[in-house]
Amino acid sequence: MARYDRAITVFSPDGHLFQVEYALEAVRKGNAAVGVRGSDTVVLGVEKKSTPKLQDSRTVRKIVSLDTHIALACAGLKADARVLINRARIECQSHRLTVEDPVTVEYITRYIAGLQQKYTQSGGVRPFGLSTLIVGFDPYSEKPALYQTDPSGTFSAWKANATGRNSNSMREFLEKNYKETSGKETIKLAIRALLEVVESGGKNIEIAVMTHKDGLRQLEEAEIDEYVAEIEAEKAAAEAAKKGGGASTSASS
Amino acid sequence: MECVFGLVGKGFAIVAADTSAVNSILVHKSNEDKVMVLDSHKLLGASGEPGDRVQFTEYIQKNVHLYQFRNGIPLTTAATANFTRGELATALRKNPYSVNILLAGYDKGVGPSMYYIDYIATMHKIEKGAFGYGSYFCLSMMDRLYHPDMSIEEAIELIDKCIIEIRTRLVVAPPNFVIKIVDQDGAREYAWRESIKSPDVSMA
Repeated sequence: MARYDRAITVFSPDGHLFQVEYALEAVRKGNAAVGVRGSDTVVLGVEKKSTPKLQDSRTVRKIVSLDTHIALACAGLKADARVLINRARIECQSHRLTVEDPVTVEYITRYIAGLQQKYTQSGGVRPFGLSTLIVGFDPYSEKPALYQTDPSGTFSAWKANATGRNSNSMREFLEKNYKETSGKETIKLAIRALLEVVESGGKNIEIAVMTHKDGLRQLEEAEIDEYVAEIEAEKAAAEAAKKGGGASTSASS
Repeated sequence: MECVFGLVGKGFAIVAADTSAVNSILVHKSNEDKVMVLDSHKLLGASGEPGDRVQFTEYIQKNVHLYQFRNGIPLTTAATANFTRGELATALRKNPYSVNILLAGYDKGVGPSMYYIDYIATMHKIEKGAFGYGSYFCLSMMDRLYHPDMSIEEAIELIDKCIIEIRTRLVVAPPNFVIKIVDQDGAREYAWRESIKSPDVSMA
């Protein structure tokens, strides 16, 4: 009988866990994903890589609900994601059953991160090849939250973050342009960050919005196109203002 | 003695239950809600050993919710009933649950339906049913007065007649009842029938 007790993730002489780092490479090759936390809204966005003509795109859901008040988007190996998401959904219900309370966003993030860590320190298994962005509203406090986990099992809370392909550019953009937003402005900020690295248009982006009152809502392609049009108009107006402002010295922007 | 009863009408199903929580000769409270809202379109009325009742119905509820999160669509009433019966059957010859269940739901395309599931995992799909000593009176009333496709008003009239029978004819009759309804607009509380008002108003 084969014995699965040999560790695959072991330290290198200079203190690296190469399997974990290779998993992070897999994440870097995955689709771009962004998350933004507003004062009353949290937004998740993922890039939709071009769908093959014969594929039914409705069956490829990249932003999923873990519970009525928690949603998750990820970048990396989608099959690994299915396993993690399933375990997380079970834990959400199990928590409700044992303590009669919905999970907090931090709790379920800690659980998922704990699972990811376990697979870096067990025999015969490889780490999960994905990073997750987890959003939601804590029960009772109604505060919005955004967390990120990665294959090493670390997690932390963020005001806005990106993962997957070109995440560095998106994060730079967010660092430059982040400010406290609410409602539509939060959605626009997330879309603007995604548009930095993704071809413009509603059919290349998937956006989901969560509010405390209405739960998770996936935006329709038409709605996303509307936001994109608004953003492009604002960008054009800003460009024009810059050009016009450059001509006279005392133009107020 | 605990009573749970219900019937299927035109486009809806009703489940009513008494609301006494009793231990031997002591009544803990008279506003214990024994009809659980399983999900948006399902009701689960349960009677029996209080610990088992809560444990088992909450377990069913969380698994119904899990299915919905995993699959994006809710379980049908029939599937839920079969799952529930399966859980009772599996536990039966090891450590059985002492819980009797009336499951009612509304499914698009199918309409309302009701399932009788007793503590030894008997399952029947029925139009009217009852559990407990009250069933002796309720079933007779319903046999006499029920007809298919009753309106909500007619159904509530029949439920009220059953409650009156229980109150008049059962020696240790529960004073208060809760009535819940499920139709295409969802599962919700319909009314309470209280003959003894509990001092604390907060519900279980």
